[in-house]
Amino acid sequence: MKYYDYPKLFVLALPVTIFFVTFFIVPMVQLAIVGGSSDAGLSSYFSILNKPRHFESMFATLILSITVTFTALIISTTAGLFLVRNIFPGRSVVLSILTFPLAFPGVVIGFLIIMLAGRQGLIGTITKALSGEKTVFAYSILGLFFGYLYFSIPRVILTIMAAAEKLDQSLEEAAKSLGAPPYRIVIDIIIPALKPGLIASGAICFATSMGAFGTAFTLATNIDVLPMTIYTEFTLNANIAGAASLSIVLGLVTWIALFISRSLSGQTIAVSG
Amino acid sequence: MNKTQIFVLQLIFTLLVCSFLIIPVFLSVLAGITQNFFVGIKSGFTIRWIVEVLDLYSETIYLSLIIAITCLVVTLIIGIPAAYVLARIGGRISRFIEETIVLPVAVPGLAIALALIIIYGGYRDFRSSWYFILVGHVLFTLPFMVRSVLAVLSSTNFKELEEGAASLGAPFWTRFLTIVLPNIKPGILAGSLMVFTLSIGEFNLTWMLHTPMTKTLPVGLADSYASMRLEVASAYTLIFFIMIIPLLLCMQYLSKEKNNN
Repeated sequence: MKYYDYPKLFVLALPVTIFFVTFFIVPMVQLAIVGGSSDAGLSSYFSILNKPRHFESMFATLILSITVTFTALIISTTAGLFLVRNIFPGRSVVLSILTFPLAFPGVVIGFLIIMLAGRQGLIGTITKALSGEKTVFAYSILGLFFGYLYFSIPRVILTIMAAAEKLDQSLEEAAKSLGAPPYRIVIDIIIPALKPGLIASGAICFATSMGAFGTAFTLATNIDVLPMTIYTEFTLNANIAGAASLSIVLGLVTWIALFISRSLSGQTIAVSG
Repeated sequence: MNKTQIFVLQLIFTLLVCSFLIIPVFLSVLAGITQNFFVGIKSGFTIRWIVEVLDLYSETIYLSLIIAITCLVVTLIIGIPAAYVLARIGGRISRFIEETIVLPVAVPGLAIALALIIIYGGYRDFRSSWYFILVGHVLFTLPFMVRSVLAVLSSTNFKELEEGAASLGAPFWTRFLTIVLPNIKPGILAGSLMVFTLSIGEFNLTWMLHTPMTKTLPVGLADSYASMRLEVASAYTLIFFIMIIPLLLCMQYLSKEKNNN
């Protein structure tokens, strides 16, 4: 049955091929060509290195994404390990809350951070009652940090919990009975065993943070993360070639990160910060 | 530290993380039904903000629903056959094609939207219709349908079943409709939920692809966050939550059931 089915398989594959080539492959190739079409030519792809504004934007986005990734990993591993190892009333509710925000769009997460730390936010109200001074940080880099953390925790915690379920607890028992202090158990046993899951979910988290547009769009008043720089280049400065080359560079960075993640864990999770 | 102390500390930490995620949602729901959020709950509850949102933005809600349903239909029609073909071919070629189809998820929506505008932005009628947004949504959601169906296909022995049917004389299309499709139902269901939910909430692509005449729900949300009072923005967000949370619950239920089997 194998070979004479091939024409029919070809028919089945045709619609998706036409759609994908027309609306993805051709546009992306065109984007790459436009990116190299400015007066600077191909060197515009290195604007990230030699144009101070682009370099600063790339640098800030990288630092922010890396910080968010590590914080999310630490928080999710602590909470994830706890949830895997302990059964207590309300556990499934806690689990639902921790994974719900997975499908929240970035704009909504930006707004939630405003509810928390904006001008009429909860933290402002509390600090005003306590010290008379209103703390507002939603629109600063700290607000972005918490926004990115918000969409990162659910993405990371699911992968960590899946990995933690396979941990062999007898190893920890053995280490403990031999007198290992808790921090050695974490460093020498738990972290190495969780390593593939940590790298995979860390890469997802990093890629999501690098490409996050919605959260930055709602929050950022004067912080230039890379997606915002691309957006301003395109809309305000009408620098289409510059926006195109920056998009290609950003796309490459996120794709490489996700490729690493997939080859380690064989799964993808929605990217939509 | 003894075991109970460690347990309590970890529990407190986990609950803190939970409150970071849930308190702002709660606040936003509250603000959406409060007369004056600045004054507080004592100003009383009201539905006037929700009514105002429905007055101002109901078209964005309809458009989002229309796009999500159409997007689902398109991903079903082109995604299921794609997954089946990939499962039949197998091997390296299949892996490479799968990797390519997943690209629109890996590349930021902004870049894809820019590419679409650069090449098709000149076709006025297309650019100003909601089909332009639909194209972006299908690109972004297709990988989830394909992967979800492919996962079920690779865990069932559909090839043997098909061979059996073929040896009894069942032609290709009969096998596809009566053997393959019924067997991949769970994958189709999970993929559909994912596609629909993602399409309703998609912003990154949509913000670039929309025109003043084709605003979707998340575009309207961004609009209200920038220009409306907090109560209206909150009421709008509340409506969004009401639409999306049942979908999320279904997804969690499905994945729980999958784990139990």
